[in-house]
Amino acid sequence: MDFNFTEEQGMVRDSLARLVREQYDFDTRRSVVESESGWRPEIWAQLAELGLLGMPFSEADGGFGGSAVDSLIVMEEFGKGLVVEPFVSTVVCAGGFLKHAGSDAQKADHLAGIIDGSRVFAFAYAEPRGRYDLADLETTAKRNGDGYLLSGHKAVVIGAPWASHLIVTARTSGDRRDREGISVFNVPKDADGVTTRDYPTVDGRRASEVYFENVAVPADSLIGEEGTALPLIERVVDEAIAAQCAEACGAMKVAHDMTVEYSRQRKQFGAAIGSFQVLQHRMVDMFMEYEQSVSMTYLATLRLDDEEQERKRAVASAKVRVGQAAHHIGQEAVQIHGGMGMTDELAIGHYFKRLTIFDSEFGNVDHHMKRHVSLSAAA
Amino acid sequence: MNLEFSPEELAFRDEVRAFIEENYPDHLRNIGLREDLGREDMLAWHKILGEKGWSVPAWPVEYGGAGWTPTQRYIWSEENARVNAIMPLPFGVSMVAPVIYSFGSDALKEQHLPGIRSGDVWWCQGYSEPGAGSDLASLKTTAVRDGDHYVINGQKTWTTLAQYADWGFFLCRTDPDAARPQEGISFILVDMKTPGIEVRPIKLIDGGYEVNETWLTDVRVPVDNLVGEENKGWTYAKFLLAHERSGIAGVARSKRGVEQLREIAKTETLDGEPLISDFDFARKVSQLEIDLAALEITELRTLAGEQAGRGPGPESSILKIKGTEIQQRLTELTLEAVGHYGTPYYRAVADAGSNEYPIGPDYAQHSAATYFNMRKTSIYGGSNEIQRNIITKMILGL
Repeated sequence: MDFNFTEEQGMVRDSLARLVREQYDFDTRRSVVESESGWRPEIWAQLAELGLLGMPFSEADGGFGGSAVDSLIVMEEFGKGLVVEPFVSTVVCAGGFLKHAGSDAQKADHLAGIIDGSRVFAFAYAEPRGRYDLADLETTAKRNGDGYLLSGHKAVVIGAPWASHLIVTARTSGDRRDREGISVFNVPKDADGVTTRDYPTVDGRRASEVYFENVAVPADSLIGEEGTALPLIERVVDEAIAAQCAEACGAMKVAHDMTVEYSRQRKQFGAAIGSFQVLQHRMVDMFMEYEQSVSMTYLATLRLDDEEQERKRAVASAKVRVGQAAHHIGQEAVQIHGGMGMTDELAIGHYFKRLTIFDSEFGNVDHHMKRHVSLSAAA
Repeated sequence: MNLEFSPEELAFRDEVRAFIEENYPDHLRNIGLREDLGREDMLAWHKILGEKGWSVPAWPVEYGGAGWTPTQRYIWSEENARVNAIMPLPFGVSMVAPVIYSFGSDALKEQHLPGIRSGDVWWCQGYSEPGAGSDLASLKTTAVRDGDHYVINGQKTWTTLAQYADWGFFLCRTDPDAARPQEGISFILVDMKTPGIEVRPIKLIDGGYEVNETWLTDVRVPVDNLVGEENKGWTYAKFLLAHERSGIAGVARSKRGVEQLREIAKTETLDGEPLISDFDFARKVSQLEIDLAALEITELRTLAGEQAGRGPGPESSILKIKGTEIQQRLTELTLEAVGHYGTPYYRAVADAGSNEYPIGPDYAQHSAATYFNMRKTSIYGGSNEIQRNIITKMILGL
């Protein structure tokens, strides 16, 4: 058993922490997320230069032979700075599909671009009526000669405005909600028949509604085998959840630190509010929620390559625990900041918003609780 | 980073499991620690472990410790929890002994450590007083020097299992004029057979008698029984409490408890179906299990830190708070699971006639008593409110 980072991981963490501290201060972030582009391609290029975009890939695939622990390190620092750049959709999701199921040609075509920062992906999996069920798909991919014709509507595709490519889940056979007949495609966003409606999200990122109207894609845009992709999708989504749990931990850490610091400064009734026991104990509870979340994020991350049931159970547990903590810490941080916590000016409200949206990404507390219950019944 | 045990640790686990299988007394399996057990029942496993050299694994090797790593100690507690083993009581092994070997004279070490190791000598703790619970420093029991003796007068309370105790460790005020209440307190060992000691049982809400009031009237104790320096007892008391808190999380035991809860909920029915297939109930069990997993990894992180030479610091307060909350929720949910048969008062039924069958299923018998009894966990060992004060001060720096 070992909970230490390697020396290399420590160095990565330090250099990323420095980048976030020096170039991602809150005011700069705000002006960027309010700007037209909403992100900074030059930061993305720097992340590539630091080698961060290639870490979780094997050396054979042109990466640095790291593991999910490396993504954890990156995402925790992202969470601390409320970094918006699309690491999860590009490196963890698209990279995950290619790594686990991509052909040699697909890997050769795309991984180098992910690693050097030139290719940005968005993961189009959610649908307006599907809620959190990964198998609830109305988007279809019909055979069309050698290739396929995609049609459908994908909802709230995070990072799509910045992406050159989309990873799309679609039904190649069966009915809505069937677990069989699901496939995954890699589609250039500029393909004929793809239209998007772009918008900002409440937590400072960008997303799109993506519409596919008889989009013709070649056979080699299919990742993995036709019709049996659900276990692959579940695996990649579990990896994305572990990474976002780490992001939430980073954000919770800062939200808690800021709250403790604010309670030292802010005076009421002639005393710093941090001297009131009722607030002290609430900040202790926030701290314990954070520590338990870090533990669960480690558990989920370290179980990603385990046998399927073990992995699912650990990830569901983590998403429940971290989701609950994210709500708790976000809400308490605002409450203890008082009226100032409600203002757009202070950073704390922005951490609150990111922590709130974290819960609904890839399934909320209730969804993963149900998953845990049914996994326990099956055990 | 990884969660796996090393091959050596797995071999250690097999060795420990085999030893427990061969040596743990059959009639004490899976009954846990209950107050209707007698002194010999509670000491049986301790004595077997004493002979094996495994009764005090956490002590330094020179005093009989096993030299196990924190991970090995974790494996040890997991394996014992598999049979719900009645572990050596903490009063001797993990409370007074670390104070004796850290601060006591060689004579005290020679006199007391062997009996604690072997399980032949039963210890109790004289800390709390009727007016000094969480505010322990306000204690009033006095020890006045008279030649080669201290003369002790006062009243202690919550003296756990003192009815069986051979020796007790007491906090007494030796300097009533000290500037601060924490100063002027001494840590004194007392032979419980000394004249002037009276132990009166306190009946608790679960119907059991595990704690007592203890009166000390002109109790004469040799000055050699003082541990460390006179008036420095507060330092040793705080040291002891930090030791007490590590291990208080009870993760292994709670994991076993959740397994038992799931078994009960498969047997009990609701609307003609197993209770566990009711989503509302299953959800509560899952929440408990998820929180327990978080506590377990947090404890392992703390152990890893200890293995690397850090702590146990104030993080042990997290383990105390979360561990006791989970123990309480577990016993509450178990009581909920058994339904109507949580209601009969098992002691009265058991006392009424030994030839009668017990009322209701076996697993329901003690569910209410255990739930009532476990409310103590957030009160003792420094209440959970006091633990939050510790984290406030030591970690948040407020």
